[in-house]
Amino acid sequence: MWDYSDKVKEHFFQPRNAGVLADANGVGDVGSISCGDALRLMLKVEPDTDIILDAHFQTFGCGSAIASSSALTEMIKGKTLDEALKVSNQDIADYLDGLPPEKMHCSVMGREALQAAVANYRGEVWSDDHEEGALICKCFAIDAVLIEDTIRANELCSVEDVTNYTKAGGGCSSCHEGIEEILAKVMAERGESFKPGTPAKEEAKPVGMTNLQRIRKIEAVLETVRPQLKRDGGDIELVDVDGKTIYVNMTGACAGCQMEALTLQGIQQKLMEELKEFIKIVPTKAGALSRATCHP
Amino acid sequence: MEGIYFDNNATTRVDPAVVEAMLPYFTEQFGNPSSMHSFGNKVGLAIKKARMQVQELLGAEHDSEIIFTSCGTESDSTALLSALKAQPERKEIITTTVEHPAILTLCAYLEKEGYKVHYLKVDGKGRLDLDEYKKLLSDQTAVVSVMWANNETGTFFPVVEMAELANAAGAMFHTDAVQAVGKVPLNLKDTKIDMLSVSGHKLHAPKGIGVLYLKRGTRFRPLLRGGHQERGRRAGTENTTSIVGLGKAAEMALEAMAFENTEVARLRDKLEAAILAKVPRSFVTGNPDNRLPNTSNIAFEFIEGEAILLLLNKFGIAASSGSACTSGSLEPSHVMRAMGIPYTAAHGTVRFSLSRYSTEAEVDRVIAVVPEIIAQLRKLSPYWEGDGPAAEPEKAFAPTYA
Repeated sequence: MWDYSDKVKEHFFQPRNAGVLADANGVGDVGSISCGDALRLMLKVEPDTDIILDAHFQTFGCGSAIASSSALTEMIKGKTLDEALKVSNQDIADYLDGLPPEKMHCSVMGREALQAAVANYRGEVWSDDHEEGALICKCFAIDAVLIEDTIRANELCSVEDVTNYTKAGGGCSSCHEGIEEILAKVMAERGESFKPGTPAKEEAKPVGMTNLQRIRKIEAVLETVRPQLKRDGGDIELVDVDGKTIYVNMTGACAGCQMEALTLQGIQQKLMEELKEFIKIVPTKAGALSRATCHP
Repeated sequence: MEGIYFDNNATTRVDPAVVEAMLPYFTEQFGNPSSMHSFGNKVGLAIKKARMQVQELLGAEHDSEIIFTSCGTESDSTALLSALKAQPERKEIITTTVEHPAILTLCAYLEKEGYKVHYLKVDGKGRLDLDEYKKLLSDQTAVVSVMWANNETGTFFPVVEMAELANAAGAMFHTDAVQAVGKVPLNLKDTKIDMLSVSGHKLHAPKGIGVLYLKRGTRFRPLLRGGHQERGRRAGTENTTSIVGLGKAAEMALEAMAFENTEVARLRDKLEAAILAKVPRSFVTGNPDNRLPNTSNIAFEFIEGEAILLLLNKFGIAASSGSACTSGSLEPSHVMRAMGIPYTAAHGTVRFSLSRYSTEAEVDRVIAVVPEIIAQLRKLSPYWEGDGPAAEPEKAFAPTYA
């Protein structure tokens, strides 16, 4: 049985805004009946203000698909179209107190139905660019298509590479056999054969960036979060960059703050997105790590 | 209210009498059956008795044809790998598209290792084409592996006849009979079946115990090598308590065989007929004229199975589904797809599997609950309008792939 949150169960058992919305002026039909999940989102938009007055859904799908649809309608009602489009699939999942990794695609479907319905209202054609494969890495919810595309685009040749580029395989490591199979297949396409134990591509440096450029980029990212930290009476400074590990100092009110681990996680995510590689951020001030482990 | 367990093809409750038979072997009868002293000897005798109880249930000629393993999957893997190792000159396997993953995943792996695997197709009712099978049999066939009864639909395959044909072609024949053993009378000594897999927890014995039946004279190569347990055919200290439990469960299954095929079948038929009568756009999958007495697999069109199961669970009813969502995969059940069931129905299949502990009151309760649940979910479905499917449902709702 799936480990659904109470919120998911509640939205499944008592879905909000289910059924046909008679005077809808924006409708989005998305999903794939072969995968067993499909959703129709109906919006009633006030033309002068672009405000979503009402939103209804019909869903062919599992518990989390129905719950995600229900949550989405609740989240977007009263918003303008532009505000509503800012709702990400992660926001839908967060609203439901999380979804199992296998079920994250349900929240993606909700987000796409929203895009499709808005496009329909605006008289545009919405085309879908997202493709989904079998789930390979359950720890980070990475599917086969993403892994395959990443291997092809970057000419990767080891499991470690794949982990560096996609995170897949970076957790419990039980999917390494699956990753090796994809590697073998894609490498065969380019006339190579997969050899286990091949060292990872050179130090996972993003293509075309020198050490100096990389450090500048890191500084630039830290600069963007600095104002927020300063507002709370703290600050962050870059100490060292050693391959994939980035050492920082949390200073002022940030040092020892209960939220430190959470803050660092957010910064780490931002850095990964900007650098397009898998990095780890490590606070250097003694105690920061042990404090983090003290708060389970 | 106590829950209603209609998912006995997934697993069964251990019969209290089985538990009772097992208990002494956790405590006072703790010896290793291989030991020379009396601690071991008594346990050895208990295993001997269990072996004979299983022999009787299977209708095997010799008790030495019973090899205890850890589960059905181990029995399946042992059988296929042994057949390939014992006949290195034969490089082909014949199986079906609707086998359990214990066979299909192994076959996919063997294909990568260079073996050729032929998958027999099924028709809309899950039946095989024996002419196709006859054409595939050759002096290259190492082993044929065909399940006795399908776990999802309960549909039987003609394994006795297929074993004769395999034997005539000089190929070994294995059947995964985990769903059939204990529910249908078996008489293996009168068949050409070389190997057969049993899983204890499908017949009210505990999980973690299985059997590989190996007909005397069938060439064999062990999967696990080591000590001399199971006459050197499956090394590793015996799971003595579970073996004793499986023996007792086998004895009880034999006693209940008639009940299983009359009373359990009657309850199943009542459940199925009532649901089909009350729920529009629902149908039975597989072959209702030739299947296990306890299994009914019903497709409810235009809704999805996991949602049905979650609502059933709210009423304390346990069943299972062929929907993609219950397994976290992207495709609905391979069995439903092999039978050509459309996606709008395949995702909405629900399997009810009864046991000899199922009662009339439970059946009545499920009959009362199911129609409301289906109606409730159809209200949410984009394929459904009011009291029936939308006119031309495939056109009324044709989503963009996402």
